Amino acid sequence: MNALYDTTVNGTLTPPGAELPRLLRAPAAGPGGLDVHVDAYGPLPSGRDVIALVDAAGLTGRGGAGFPTARKLATVAAAGRRTVVVGNGGEGEPAAGKDLLLLHTVPHLVLDGLSLAAEAVRASDTYLYVERGSPALPGLEAAVRERRRAGMDRRRVEIVHAPPRFLAGEESALVNRVSGGAALPRATPPRVFERGVRGRPTLVQNVETLAQIALIARYGPAWFRALGTATEPGTMLFSVSGAVAAPRVIEAEIGVSLPALLGAAGGQIARLQAVLYGGYHGGWLPAADALAIPLANTALRPRGVSLGAGVVVALPADACGLAETARVARYLADESAKQCGPCLNGLPRIADALAVLARPHPDRRTRAWIERWSSLVAGRGACHHPDGTVRFVRSALRVFAHEADLHEGGRCSATTRRAVLPVPAPGVPAPRDWR
Amino acid sequence: MAGTGRAPAGKLTGPKLRVNWIACDGRGLCAELLPELVGRDEWGYPIIADAPVPPHLSEYAQRAVTICPKLALRLVPPG
Repeated sequence: MNALYDTTVNGTLTPPGAELPRLLRAPAAGPGGLDVHVDAYGPLPSGRDVIALVDAAGLTGRGGAGFPTARKLATVAAAGRRTVVVGNGGEGEPAAGKDLLLLHTVPHLVLDGLSLAAEAVRASDTYLYVERGSPALPGLEAAVRERRRAGMDRRRVEIVHAPPRFLAGEESALVNRVSGGAALPRATPPRVFERGVRGRPTLVQNVETLAQIALIARYGPAWFRALGTATEPGTMLFSVSGAVAAPRVIEAEIGVSLPALLGAAGGQIARLQAVLYGGYHGGWLPAADALAIPLANTALRPRGVSLGAGVVVALPADACGLAETARVARYLADESAKQCGPCLNGLPRIADALAVLARPHPDRRTRAWIERWSSLVAGRGACHHPDGTVRFVRSALRVFAHEADLHEGGRCSATTRRAVLPVPAPGVPAPRDWR
Repeated sequence: MAGTGRAPAGKLTGPKLRVNWIACDGRGLCAELLPELVGRDEWGYPIIADAPVPPHLSEYAQRAVTICPKLALRLVPPG
């Protein structure tokens, strides 16, 4: 049992070198995975000041918001009383696959991070939030059992099932679900770090963030910073799809170029017209811009987009960006929790208008209507679903403005109707009770 | 209202009105009571400027908070 712990306080495990991949270096799922994992990454460190290490590493949350992880850890640690930690694997984003991949292939790395985060905030309860029916679940349950038998984790990890909904991983929805209710967003304040799961201060960290914590605790901040940029250190998992030969999850350093990332996904298979960054709450960039800008928030944010949780979709030149956006806008309207009036009323109108704009000869006032409804829903909800949806829609109106002009003239530059952006199959209804 | 209050124009630091969007069902009493600060969108939900309540309206703002049948309106302190 002691072999599973590294009890040295100042010692750092020999880092595996700066090469990629880091997170996905040693798949260790299935029976006996714990031994494979410990052999590959080294024992779980203990007695380290994880918050200080994470702070020095400059790790930011990999779930989408990009908040400094150390600050979040410190806030919950300072709250003191009976805190809760939840690993967030509720990846509702249809174009993302990295949380599933992590949970599926390196469950022990995620569970290491969960254990370290729980230790850092002296949590009394630890949860892992994973979509119901996820193919990663059997392996995760086995991994949790294996660690318990080995005396690896001081706290029992309880797995909570998320409903297959876009908003299931939203922080307050997660807290409601882990507390035993429906995965519906709630009004803030209070924020979850003030009052979260069953009223207790709660740390919610994306599972990739946890896996990064597990590496930083082992190999140290300097190793972590050897990749990435000075302001955005480290690697990130990118879910790359669209017009590439081999759509897949790629671990790359932040600041990687888009051509390099697309190359790692088998390379472009068509001329590109635009790239979607950050998923369905993210935004479009014209291909010419995207190909020239490194994948770092410092470079992307001035252009109105961000990395989010690492979704990158390359839109080929033969597709219609407006039709793609309209289909996703309809999905996002359907995925509204329908708790807040402006979102409940506004998103379907925006989706309807986009569907009109995606067809020939739309009413010439359509874009103005979309903009008016967008300004009516932005900032007027309990969660960020209306804001994120509007960000996505407005970016489409900017990037596909010429296409909208063509449509008004009765033409469309697309030569295919094949869908690029995935939305869940209509045959699988989302649970109405959000559980 | 510039120049009428005691606070210098553009430097108002009073509390702001904030809506709990889950609780609000757009009955519109706040807009009737306080048309200076609260408009309504096409579905009836309040549109409130993200600005401090000026001192001469603070009494009405407080009444709007109290009268909301869904308890969906709050005054939050500045900062």
